[in-house]
Amino acid sequence: MAMSRDAIYEQVQEALVEALGLDDEDITPEATLMGDLGAESIDFLDIVFRLEKAFDIKVPREELFPAEAVLNNTDYVKDGKVTEKGLAELRDKMPHTDLSAFEADPDINKIADLFTVDAIVNFIESKVNG
Amino acid sequence: MRWIWIDKFLEFQSGKRAVALKNVTLAEEHLHDHFPGFPVMPECLMIEAMAQTAGILVGEARGFEEKVVLAKIKRAAFYHYVRPGDTITLHAEIESIAPEAAGTVGEIRRGDERIAQISLIFSHVDKNLAGRKFPEENFVFTDLFSSLLTDFVETHPAMEQPR
Repeated sequence: MAMSRDAIYEQVQEALVEALGLDDEDITPEATLMGDLGAESIDFLDIVFRLEKAFDIKVPREELFPAEAVLNNTDYVKDGKVTEKGLAELRDKMPHTDLSAFEADPDINKIADLFTVDAIVNFIESKVNG
Repeated sequence: MRWIWIDKFLEFQSGKRAVALKNVTLAEEHLHDHFPGFPVMPECLMIEAMAQTAGILVGEARGFEEKVVLAKIKRAAFYHYVRPGDTITLHAEIESIAPEAAGTVGEIRRGDERIAQISLIFSHVDKNLAGRKFPEENFVFTDLFSSLLTDFVETHPAMEQPR
């Protein structure tokens, strides 16, 4: 049975509240995981485990957070910016994320801003509802 | 030297769950200071004991190929004091396991009484920091620890502990 986006959002919110020790109202669709919500790398694993349990799905970490692999590939990063090839890879691997702002200024320091609550909800929606 | 906060395993189901036992004694000098006249096992050491129980469970699940480090305390709640003379059991279960990390849930009990609930996340260091060297003594799986498991995993059938 298809899940509504609101139902998915609620469960994602609960996972983030518990994993990051936040209050419900801290979580907004636009909030970035690292910048706004203070998530660290180990928290991503915690979040992935909680999402897997909440939705009874498998979430390969590199699928939900593929940017790490892009940053570690010298073809994809040049002078602190993600190359055109890297952007193509991100578009391919992160269909659940709005990349338009990042494409205008693909500074690798801003890649963290791509991980928003909305991006996770989009990802789960595509997983759960096919 | 490493402090070891479990005395033996009672149960070890590879990749699933483990139960370890610890006897608490006034011979542990820190109890004289924690607190004078009112010795209780520090909660942080209960977390460490659970981390050792669950860490060995997680390490064994992957054949001790990766170094396992405690990365995050997801939850720790304590319900009773643990006093000298008490025997506590540490019950750990693997909740999630992935190539780079594992999550465990666990409970500490004294007999049937719940003492604490502790959920942890472990990171598999070799998978996350490929190639970097770490001093061996920083890790759980020293010879002393492997002696806790010697013969146990292979030869002891899983024993159900009463809940």
